[in-house]
Amino acid sequence: MRPLKLSWTWQALIAIAALLVGYVLVTSFERPPVSTAQIGYRGTAMQQLQNPRTVRQVAARNVLPEAQPPADPPTDDADKASAVYQNVQVLGELSNAQFLRLMQAMTEWVVPAAIREEGNGCNYCHNPENLASDEIYTKVVARRMLQMTRTINEDWTTHVAQTGVTCYTCHRGNAVPANVWTTFTDNRSGLVGPTGQNRVAPAANLSSLPYDPFTPFLLNDQDIRNLSTTWHPGSNPDNIRISEWTYSLMVHMSQGLGVNCTFCHNSRAFGSWEQSPPQRLTAWHGIRMARAVNNTYMQPLSQTFAAHPWGPEQYMNGPRRVGELHADALKVNCATCHQGVNKPLLGQPMLRDYPELGMVNRAPPRTAAAEPAAQASRN
Amino acid sequence: MSAVVVYQNIFTRIQVRPPEPYPGVPLPRGDAAREGGGGFVHLFGRLGDAQVGPIYLGLLGVVSIFFGTLAFVIIGLNMLASVQWDIIQFVRQLFWLALEPPLAQHGLRFPPMREGGWWLVTGFFLTISILLWWARTYRRAIQLGLGTHVAWAFAAAIWLYLVLGFIRPIAMGSWSEAVPFGIFPHLDWTAAFSIRYGNLFYNPFHALSIVFLYGSTLLFAMHGATILALGRYGGEREIELIVDRGTAAERGALFWRWCMGFNASFESIHRWAWWFAVLCPLTGGIGILLTGTVVDNWYLWAVERGFAPEYPQLWAPVLDPALVQGAPR
Repeated sequence: MRPLKLSWTWQALIAIAALLVGYVLVTSFERPPVSTAQIGYRGTAMQQLQNPRTVRQVAARNVLPEAQPPADPPTDDADKASAVYQNVQVLGELSNAQFLRLMQAMTEWVVPAAIREEGNGCNYCHNPENLASDEIYTKVVARRMLQMTRTINEDWTTHVAQTGVTCYTCHRGNAVPANVWTTFTDNRSGLVGPTGQNRVAPAANLSSLPYDPFTPFLLNDQDIRNLSTTWHPGSNPDNIRISEWTYSLMVHMSQGLGVNCTFCHNSRAFGSWEQSPPQRLTAWHGIRMARAVNNTYMQPLSQTFAAHPWGPEQYMNGPRRVGELHADALKVNCATCHQGVNKPLLGQPMLRDYPELGMVNRAPPRTAAAEPAAQASRN
Repeated sequence: MSAVVVYQNIFTRIQVRPPEPYPGVPLPRGDAAREGGGGFVHLFGRLGDAQVGPIYLGLLGVVSIFFGTLAFVIIGLNMLASVQWDIIQFVRQLFWLALEPPLAQHGLRFPPMREGGWWLVTGFFLTISILLWWARTYRRAIQLGLGTHVAWAFAAAIWLYLVLGFIRPIAMGSWSEAVPFGIFPHLDWTAAFSIRYGNLFYNPFHALSIVFLYGSTLLFAMHGATILALGRYGGEREIELIVDRGTAAERGALFWRWCMGFNASFESIHRWAWWFAVLCPLTGGIGILLTGTVVDNWYLWAVERGFAPEYPQLWAPVLDPALVQGAPR
């Protein structure tokens, strides 16, 4: 029996390989303890995973900013913002106090702290010489965003219920919400034709699934469903590659909401509504809501954003405001509001503290350099 | 005695090493000569036989390796082209890259090269390579005077390969039904395949395939453990013990008969293992072939056959919102 003698090269190689394996192991897995909460009937493997450590991190990320002191509604027409200021198109019904309160809140929610601390909070959207002027494009955008917020809270209670949304739900103190997307068309030339997949896809949890599931489903209204409703073949032409697009969107939703598939589905029959938890219905409306928001509010602002691709010229902060390929506006997906939590801001009813957002006038603004809203209606 | 005792290890601690590399039995007339004289590698000796080579290449082997290399290189070049010939991205994203089968609109026609033509060519070359390699395993066995069990086991795997990439796509009328070449992409394809066809777990042939897969590992563990455990009585000399049962075979048989009432014999355990291994891809291939051609949604099929259990509802039933009048579509 001869003892095994390895050369230094071999020993070094084995040590490097062991380090690599260790690195992959440590970075691939979540550190315990992971707890499991059963959410479906026993035996169906319907459960949600939680880790007290990440729960604490999520709680810290979703602390609400302190609400501004409440303001009284208008007592008479002379007290309305439309009478006090010029060029107030969507907030005219607010009292002066409410108007100032909302301006204060919006500055805190949307304008980056560094710019606010330099005393430029108002100037991010307003010309300090003439606050009524629409010359700074961010003001035009903010007007549409106020209308969008109102639309979501008013028309999409199927998704946002009475909790509703505020600017802060997405913005969290950033000029550009952290989770946004633009259209990424695969128009490769050469040896390999476009497939829309098979590279690292951050939208689909770093899988090799289609990397832009948003354009077909959250901007256009491509059919998400591709399961057959009968076991007999012949009625469903969708092939496996088509179902990979749906799969990609679903992975995004799972990631964006920080939940497993079984939060919305009984995974033994993904298509079956009868066996699905009620959250699936909320999510179904959420898909339609994101699609409507993108078509009505975000996409039509593309030209406005494209004229200022890096934000207001004097600040030049944050990421690029339009897509690299199509100069299209940054758009919303599930993660834009949810940010890894199944109820944005852990379901805290922030909107309740801001009745001003319920008084936004949704008539088309006069100066918004917006294109007409595209139509997306099917499914 | 000591050498026999230390044989009971995961790694063979005995270096089986003749003074000269053993060239093998003389080859029949008409066979090419073996390549190289062979040598010894100590590390290999820790895992198996220390002797490496000589290797028999022959015409079948050379042509098979040629076509296999061709397919491999075409796949690699397509992957490289899909990242605009950027070597760094090729290395970083290698596991994500793929050569996709033709688009659905091309059906079974020969598509443009960039829309799946390369996939079809690659599949053709790879299939030639695999079939030639199969012929090689068959022919080598015959030439050495062996049975052809290895070749038929390999054929079972080739059956599954052909079902996935050739037979089922033809039955479905489109090459787009086939599997992409790529590490993660073929796994994504597998998951999407199950989802698209209503959950493959309700496919009985899939279930059989899993039985034989897991069964194979179980049998392998039981057999391997038994032989290692019998090492101190010479249990690794299985062939002799088949025809002349010694104390090792008797003890192994007794052990299993005491544990579970039944034991395989020193010969039959190998038939058990061979059939379990071979039936895994055979049944799996049948399951794949039926999917989409005969059954489009395995879950609904299982409901109709009454073997998908019904579970009590925990929530108020959710209705399909797309069916509600006036709902946003």
